[in-house]
Amino acid sequence: MTRQELLDLYFLDARSKLIDLAAFLDRLERAKGEADFRLTAFTQALDQLRSTEARRAEQVLLALSDPTEEPIPKATTKGACGAWSGSTHN
Amino acid sequence: MRSLVWQYPQLKQLMRYIEPHAHMVSRVTDDYRDMVAAGCAAVCEPAFWAGFDRSSPAGFYDYFCQLTDYEPRRAAKFGLPHYCWLCINPKESEDVALARDVIALIPKFLDRSNVLGIGEIGLNKNSRNEMAVLEMHIDLAARHERLILVHTPHLEDKLKGTRLIIDALRSDKRIRPERCIIDHVEEHTIGMVLDAGFWAGMTLYPESKCTAARAVDMLEHYGTGRLWMNSACDWGVSVPLAVPYAGMEMRRRGHSPDEVDKMLFQNPLRFLSQSKRFQAPVVPA
Repeated sequence: MTRQELLDLYFLDARSKLIDLAAFLDRLERAKGEADFRLTAFTQALDQLRSTEARRAEQVLLALSDPTEEPIPKATTKGACGAWSGSTHN
Repeated sequence: MRSLVWQYPQLKQLMRYIEPHAHMVSRVTDDYRDMVAAGCAAVCEPAFWAGFDRSSPAGFYDYFCQLTDYEPRRAAKFGLPHYCWLCINPKESEDVALARDVIALIPKFLDRSNVLGIGEIGLNKNSRNEMAVLEMHIDLAARHERLILVHTPHLEDKLKGTRLIIDALRSDKRIRPERCIIDHVEEHTIGMVLDAGFWAGMTLYPESKCTAARAVDMLEHYGTGRLWMNSACDWGVSVPLAVPYAGMEMRRRGHSPDEVDKMLFQNPLRFLSQSKRFQAPVVPA
C-alpha cells in the first residue's frame, strides 16, 4: 500500500492512541506520590518513536524487556507488569 | 481521500480458517456457533493454566479427560473438529515434583484421537524450575515423536524467555524445528524464531501481544512461509473471532483472498498435518 492509503486506513486510529498516550502522561503529572520504574521505562520507550528507522515497534518492545540472559532462581509471582524492574529476582 | 467502499463487497466472501490456539473450555457454547458461522473449520486447544493452581495430579487428569473427551463432543454439536495439546502449563511449573507427576500422566492420553502433541509448554517467569520442566516436556515430545507448541512469556519476560526456549529446543538434537511452533511472537522475537527454523504464531489480543494491524505488518515483513495467527481466546480479555477479523484486516491492506486463505487455513493445515491425527477439514476453498 502507498503511504497515502495507509494514512487513509490508520491515521484516525493512530491519532486517537496518540492523544490517549498524552492524556495518560498528563494524568500521571497531575497525580500525587512517586512513580516507579514503569514510568521510567515508558519514557525511554517513547524516545524510540522519534527514530527514523522502520523498527520502532521492535525497539519499543526491547526498551521494555528484561535484557538479562540467565534464568532467575525462583518464580515468586505469575504475572508480568509490562516493564523490566531492573531486578532479576522478581 | 480514497474511498473504502470498494472493499466491503469483497469482504463478504466467506473465509475458511483453522483456529490453531483457543482455550474453548473457558468459552461459552455460543462461541462455537459464532466461530463456525465465521468459517472456522477446525479448532485446536492447548492445555493451559486454569487461572488458579491445581492442587494435585488428579486435577490435571480430569482436565486431560475434558480436553480429549468432553470438549470434542461439545464442538461436534456444531460440526467442528476439535483437537488438543497436553502438558502442565509453565505457570504451574515452579513445583517440579507436581510437574513430574503430571507429565507422567500424559503418555496414557497421547493415543487419544484428538491429541496433536505436547503444548503449550514453555516459560512464564523464566525461572530455573520452569526451565527444568520445559526440558522434561521436550524430552517427552521427543520420545513419543510428537509435535510441540510453545508458549512464550508475557510482556517484559518475552524476549529473554524466547531466547531460553530456542536454546532449550536446539540443544535437544532429536527436535526438528519444523515440527515446533513458538507462539505469541511479537516484533522483537519473530525474527529469532523464524531464523532458527521454527514456525511462529502471532496471537491476536486486544490489550497485549499483537493487534491485527501489527500481525499484518509482520507477515508483510517476514513473509507467510512459517506463520500462523490465533486468538488464544480464554477466560481473559480475548476475542474468539480474532482470526477472521485479522483476515478482514489483510483484505483491507490489499491482500488477495488466496493470500488470506494461505495464512488462515493452509498454513495451520500444513503445520498441523505433520501429526497423523489431524484430518484436513473438508471445506470449499
